[in-house]
Amino acid sequence: MHTDWTIYSSLIGAGLVLLLPREAKNLIRWVALLTGLVGLTVALRDYFHYDAIVTGLVAETGSGFVHLRDVPWITALHSRYHLAVDGISLPLVVLNGFVCVTGILFSWNIESRTKEFFAFFLVLIAGVYGVFMAMDLFLLFVFYELAIIPKYFIIAIWGSTRKEYGAMKLVLYSFVGSALVFIAILAAFFAAGGQTFDMLELAKHPLAREIQVWIFPLAFAGFAVLAGMWPFHTWAPTGHVAAPTAASMLLAGVVMKLGAYGCLRASMMLFPAGLEHWKWWIAVLAIVGIIYGAAVALVQKDFKFIIGYSSVSHMGFVLLGLVTLNVIGVSGAVLQMFSHGIVASLLFAVVGRMVYDRTHTRQLDELGGLRKAIPFACVTFVIGGAASMGMPGFSGFVAEIQVLIGAFAMSPWLALGAALSIPITVAYILNANNKVFMEKDDHGGHHDHAEDGHGHELPPISLPEKAAAVILMALLVILGIYPSIMMNMIKPNVELFLRGLH
Amino acid sequence: MDATYLDIARGLSAEIVLVLAALFALALDLGWLRREGGRERTRAVGVLTIVGLILAAIPVCQMLGNGSQRLLGGTLVVDDLTLLFKLLLIILTALTALISLEYDVGRHVGEYFATMLFGAVGMMLLVATEELITIFVALELTSLCLYILTAFHKSWLRSQEAALKYFMFGAISSAFLLFGLSLVFGVTGTTNIRELMTGSLTPLLGVGLLMILIGFGFKVAVVPFHLWAPDAYEGAPTPVAAYIATGSKVASFFVLTKVLLLGFAGGAGSALWGKFASGWAMLLAVVAVLSMVLGNCAAIVQRNVKRLLAYSSIAHAGYIFIGLIAAGLTGATSVMFYIIVYALTNLGAFGVVAALSARAGGEELTHFNGMAKRAPLLSLLMLIFVLSLAGVPPLGGFFGKFYLFAAAVGQDARHFGLLWLVVVGILMSAVSLYYYLIVLKHMYVEAAADDSRIETPTYLNAALGLVALAVILLGVFPQPTLTLLNSLLSRVL
Repeated sequence: MHTDWTIYSSLIGAGLVLLLPREAKNLIRWVALLTGLVGLTVALRDYFHYDAIVTGLVAETGSGFVHLRDVPWITALHSRYHLAVDGISLPLVVLNGFVCVTGILFSWNIESRTKEFFAFFLVLIAGVYGVFMAMDLFLLFVFYELAIIPKYFIIAIWGSTRKEYGAMKLVLYSFVGSALVFIAILAAFFAAGGQTFDMLELAKHPLAREIQVWIFPLAFAGFAVLAGMWPFHTWAPTGHVAAPTAASMLLAGVVMKLGAYGCLRASMMLFPAGLEHWKWWIAVLAIVGIIYGAAVALVQKDFKFIIGYSSVSHMGFVLLGLVTLNVIGVSGAVLQMFSHGIVASLLFAVVGRMVYDRTHTRQLDELGGLRKAIPFACVTFVIGGAASMGMPGFSGFVAEIQVLIGAFAMSPWLALGAALSIPITVAYILNANNKVFMEKDDHGGHHDHAEDGHGHELPPISLPEKAAAVILMALLVILGIYPSIMMNMIKPNVELFLRGLH
Repeated sequence: MDATYLDIARGLSAEIVLVLAALFALALDLGWLRREGGRERTRAVGVLTIVGLILAAIPVCQMLGNGSQRLLGGTLVVDDLTLLFKLLLIILTALTALISLEYDVGRHVGEYFATMLFGAVGMMLLVATEELITIFVALELTSLCLYILTAFHKSWLRSQEAALKYFMFGAISSAFLLFGLSLVFGVTGTTNIRELMTGSLTPLLGVGLLMILIGFGFKVAVVPFHLWAPDAYEGAPTPVAAYIATGSKVASFFVLTKVLLLGFAGGAGSALWGKFASGWAMLLAVVAVLSMVLGNCAAIVQRNVKRLLAYSSIAHAGYIFIGLIAAGLTGATSVMFYIIVYALTNLGAFGVVAALSARAGGEELTHFNGMAKRAPLLSLLMLIFVLSLAGVPPLGGFFGKFYLFAAAVGQDARHFGLLWLVVVGILMSAVSLYYYLIVLKHMYVEAAADDSRIETPTYLNAALGLVALAVILLGVFPQPTLTLLNSLLSRVL
C-alpha cells in the first residue's frame, strides 16, 4: 500500500500552488482540487485493498498494521520515520480525503489571496494525514504541530466574526495542549529506557503503574484539548465560528478527530494502567460535554454557534466511547469520528457557504424562509441534521447507538446521561431548521422568492457546492444503511487494540 | 608543547587574514573612496569585507580534519570543533556584512566594516582558546567592537543612549569577570580551564565562579543581567543588532560551555528536583527560569520588532541554559546544536527586518503590516524564521528545543530530576508562540496602509533563502549535524 503518498501529494500540491502566479486563480483551484482527489483516490484504493492484505497479516503477526515506511530518522533520539495504517486509522485517512476534496469545492468562491489559502489548506491536510499514519511518537508530534499553525492563518486571514481572536485562541489552546503532550512524550520515552519512540514497541512494555498514573492525564488532556473535551472546549465554538467554511469543515471534520485519535493511539495504547485509573473521570467529563454542548447549542442565536456547540456534544460521544474499553463502545467511537466528521463538514458547509455567503448574516432572527430561496440548502441541512440527531438510516445513529451500548456495559448511568442529549439535539436541529428555512409566522411570505430580507436576489447554489454536498450526503446514507462497509474493518482492529491493552 | 611561531601563525591564519582585510578596508575607504557617495562606498567596502571573510574561510577549511593541536598550553586550540565554530562565525559575519550592504551606516563606512572584522577576530579567538586570560582579552575585543558598532547611528540619540548603556553594563560585567578570574587564579594557580578544578568547590573558588557567571550572564543577556539588551538591539543599526544577537552569542555560549563543562565540571552541584545542591547548576537553573519567564512575558507587550527579538533572545538564552545544566556529552551537543540553529534563524530574522524596515519606514510592528503582499518572498522567509524561533516543526528551532529538553530529562531519567525545568521551558514556549504569531499577524493578516511592492536585491533574497533552507534542513535532517557535533565534542570533553 502507498497510503503515505497522501502526505507527499498534499505537500507537493502546496508547493505547486505556491509556484503558480497569484492571478491564475482558477488554475490554483484546479491544482488544489486535483491534489485533494489524488489523496482521496490513494486513500480509498488502500481502504478497499486493506482487507485482502491484512487477513494474512493478522494471522501471522497478530496485528492489523500495514507498515508503509520504516526508516531510521534521527538516530540520536532513536526516532524512526515509521508510518503505518490499521483499520482504525484508515477510515480517518479516508475521512480526511473526503473533507479535503469537499472543502476545496466549498472554497471555490474564495477570491482574495486564493493562492495562499490553498497553500495553507494543503499543508494542513498533509499534517493531518501524517498524524493518522505516524507510528513514532516523535513523528506524530511533528505532524500534529504541523497541522496547528496553518489554521491560524486560514482563520485570521479568511475568517469572519472576531477572526483574529478566534484564531489566536484556537492556536494557543492547541499549542498548550501539545505542550502537555510534549512533556508526556519525553517522560514516557525516558521512563521506558530512552531506546525508542515507536508506539508499538513502547506498548509492548508498559511503564510502571505509578508513572502511568501521572503521565496519562497529561497525554490525554493534551490531545483532548483538540478533541474539544469539556472544559477545554472553549476554543471550538469561537474557532469554528470565526473560520471560513472550509476551515470550519476541517476543524470540526478532521482536526478535532486528531485529538481523539491521539487520545486513542498515544495515550490509551501506551498507558493502559493510567487509563484504568482515570477512565471514570474522563467518562464523567465526556457526559458533561455531551449535555453541556447540546444545551448551549439550544440557546444560541447564531446559526454557526449551534453547529459549533453541537460538535462539542458529539465529540463527547467519541471520548465516552473510547473509555468504555469494550469492543462495541470503542468501535462506535471510531465510527462516530468518521460520521461526525462528515456531518459537521456538511452542516458547516450549509451554514457558512450556502447560507452565510449569500445572506451575510447568521442570526436566526434575521434569517427565515430560505426553504424557497435555496431549497437545496434546506434539503442538505435536513439530511445533515437528521444524521446529527441520530436518526436511524444515517451514520450518526449507527455510531451513537454503539457508544451508548458500550457505555451501558460500563454503567447504565453513563448511557442514561449521554442519551439525555438526544432529545436536546433534536430540539436544536429542528429549531434551527424552522427559523432558518421555514417562513416565520409573524411576517410570513417575506421570502417567497429567491431573495433575502432586503430584496436582493440570492445567487443559486453553484455546481461545486452541489457536488460536494451530494458526496457528503451519500456517505451519510451509505454508512447508515450499510455500516458494515466500515464496521468490518474497524471492529477486528478494535478487538486487537483492546487485547493489546491487557 | 613547543610551538614555533610558524605553528602559531598557521593556527591564527584566518584571524590574520581578517585583520589584514580590516586594515585594507580602512585604507580603501579613507584613501580611494573618499569622494564617492555613501552607497557606492558601502557596497565597495562591504564587498571587500565579504571577500576577506571568504579568504579567511579557506585556511579554516584546510585545517579541518588535521587532528587537534594545543598551542602554548591551551592558549590556542586548533581542533575540528573550534574550526567548525570559526567557520560558523565567519558565515555569520559575512551575512551581517551582506545585509549591511543596502543599509545606511552613515559616513564612516570603512570604520564600520573594519570594526565588524575586528569583532569577528575577537569572537574567533574566543572559541579557539582554553586559557582564562585570553578568554578575557578576546571577550573584550569583541565587546569593544560591538559597543562602537552600536553607536553607529550617529545622529540618532537612541543609538547613542543604547551604546552608552551597553558599554556601561559591559564594562561592569568585565570587571566582575576579571575579578572572578583573578580569584580563580589565586585559588588554583592556573589559568588553563582544563586544570581548574582538581578538588571540590571551596568557598573562595565558588565566589570566583559566581563572579565569572555574572560576567558571562551580562554577555549572553540573561535575566537579571539583561537590561542592556532591548535598548541595544533597538538603538543599534539592524545588522549590528543581528551581529550582537548571533555572532557574539555563539562565541560567548561556546566558551561558557567550555568553562563550565571542562573547567568546573566538579562544581556543578545539582539542580535535580528535591536534591538541590549548591553549585553552578542551581544558579543556572534560577537564571534560566527567570530568563524564560521574563523574556517571553516581556516580549508580549513589545511593539518594536527589534525589541521583541531582543526579549525573545533573552528567553532563548534561558532555554540554552537548560542544556548546560543537563551537562555531559548529550547536554553539550544539544547546546551546540541549538546555538547553531538559533544563530542562523535569528540572523535570518534580523536580515529580513533590515531589508524591509528601511523601505517600510521603521521597525514598529505596524510598519510590517501587509508585508505578505508587498514583499511575498521575504515574508515567507520571515514566516520560516519566526516559526523556527517559536519551535514549530519541522523547522530547526523545534528540533533544537526538543533535543535540549530531551537532554535535560535524560539527565536523570529515573527520577525526572530536571523535568521541572523542562516543564517551565515548554509552557513558556507556548507563551512565546503568541508574540511570534503577532509578528506574523502584522505581516500576513493586517492590511497595509501603502500597497506598493518592496523590491529587494536578488543577492540578499538568495542569501536569506539559503539561511532559511539551512533552518529547514537542520529541522528535517538534524542527524548529520548531531553526529558531527557529538563526535567532535566527545574528543574534547
